[in-house]
Amino acid sequence: MTHNMKIASVAAFLAIVFIAVPVLISASGRTDLYYTLTSVALLSIASAGVWLTFYIGRINIGQGAYALMGGYVSAILVVTYGWSFWLTLPAAGLFCAAASVAIGLPILRLRGVYFAMVTLVLTEVARLLALALPVTNGAKGMVSIPLPGALSVFGLIIIPDFATLHNSRLAFYLLAAALMVACFAVVYRLVHSRIGKLCQSLQQNEELASSIGVNIAYLRVIAYAVSSFFGGVAGAIFAAISQSIYPSSFTVTDSVNFMLNCFLGGLGYVFGPMLGTLVLYFGWDLLFQTGQFQLLIYSTLMIVLMLFLPNGLLSLAATTRKKG
Amino acid sequence: MADLLEVSALTKRFGGLVAVNNVSFSVREKEILSVIGPNGAGKSTLFKLISSFLRPTSGQVRLKGERISDLAPHIAARKGVVRTFQETTIFKNMSVRENVIIAHHLRSTASLIGFFLGTGTAKADEAAFGASADDILELLGLSSLAGEIARNLPHGHLRALGIAIGLATNPSILLLDEPFAGMNHDETMRMVAMVKRLRELGLTILLVEHDMPAVMKISDRIVVLNFGEKIAEGTPAQIQNNDKVIEAYLGSEDEAIGL
Repeated sequence: MTHNMKIASVAAFLAIVFIAVPVLISASGRTDLYYTLTSVALLSIASAGVWLTFYIGRINIGQGAYALMGGYVSAILVVTYGWSFWLTLPAAGLFCAAASVAIGLPILRLRGVYFAMVTLVLTEVARLLALALPVTNGAKGMVSIPLPGALSVFGLIIIPDFATLHNSRLAFYLLAAALMVACFAVVYRLVHSRIGKLCQSLQQNEELASSIGVNIAYLRVIAYAVSSFFGGVAGAIFAAISQSIYPSSFTVTDSVNFMLNCFLGGLGYVFGPMLGTLVLYFGWDLLFQTGQFQLLIYSTLMIVLMLFLPNGLLSLAATTRKKG
Repeated sequence: MADLLEVSALTKRFGGLVAVNNVSFSVREKEILSVIGPNGAGKSTLFKLISSFLRPTSGQVRLKGERISDLAPHIAARKGVVRTFQETTIFKNMSVRENVIIAHHLRSTASLIGFFLGTGTAKADEAAFGASADDILELLGLSSLAGEIARNLPHGHLRALGIAIGLATNPSILLLDEPFAGMNHDETMRMVAMVKRLRELGLTILLVEHDMPAVMKISDRIVVLNFGEKIAEGTPAQIQNNDKVIEAYLGSEDEAIGL
């Protein structure tokens, strides 16, 4: 793709997300779609994190743990300590990143299925911790979390108080979409800079990477920390939208879904997790009409897709572009 | 000539097994030193100890007087001890040129954040790495394959790429792990010529090898291991006439040690 084409496609994407979607939704009156699309945006942020760990050659089925952690950190800071939501957002991300460094240092030495199993357990550990810790209010969860207040810098209000808005759904949608764009921009830049090549070198051959002087342990932990930061931020916004968080808000199923989003979209493409999340989320909803067969059809479709499109949906676009 | 690398009383035990036992020798600057020995003599273990992929049970390895055993492999590489691998250890899904460029990592002056933000230093680094990679590919006769995905290369070229990756790190001493394994006569001769050329460029080379005729041709000096112990050290002529070496290889064909 030429430089101009790239700029044009980014502009088109931004126009769709920030202008076309709100206009279409208000024209059709289907404001419930805001909630759906907000969820897609947030889930794709968490999935982008998982994608990044795939990029260093690790199968990560533990993103649910960080989403849960981020949600609780934000909720506790807002409810118990009266912080502004806007401060808790980066705080949740940083808390998760710090936790992932502590957890990652030992477990990132594992490879393949061993790492995958440990991360799978991590989600369950997070749920049990949320049940047991005194600050999380146990199984009752944290409820009636206030909506995000106003964000002002030097008296200038940048983001109004969500509670005063007559359409907080739109506000949440714009917030989630903006964060999604920012996160994918970061991942895109990471992948297309030298860091991306270093991550690839880890994925393809860790021993060789370390013999050419790459500090593999450090790079792995950094990638995992960025990944968990994304998970934490997504979780924090989820808690704010639903104004509640429970130990069961993010479970093993969510962790698996984050990973499936990446598979479905394509592990070789930065925007794979975004497309994967969109398709999976709407695909599941569309199949709702099939009633009891929903899960059966859904699973069959997933298996077929993975058999015939092992490199994900975006590999379709890539091959047609090559041929044309 | 000065000693560049010094191996002193190096010992490695795996449980009750002594893989390398009290081995000492040194590598002089700009020399080609080969380590040979029958199967299971401890060559590979010694190789991993020198490149810091394994930690010695006792003894040490010094580079220019500085102790490098006990360091992590990437730090040993930073100090100038860089290994290539047996078989085909490359980044198989990158192009040949990308393989060599990424191997310049040690020379980068920009930080990771610098690379993320695309600062001037990072851009200068990228340009320098590209130019240097092209030079290395030229030197090893890989220029015409620069854009090829590495996994598609034939065996002989893969080995050359492995060496190109090693060269890109700008090592003081390059450790070659069985550079002639699985090569036919012509390929071996080409590789021998290439390794000699590297030495002319000022590199010091330590290699571990099975192929005796090639070792006899290429080496300035040879160290012979058997059952983890050093049994001989000397020029190819001295090694060929050493009784202990002949005994160690007894059972194998005489021509295996070039007699």
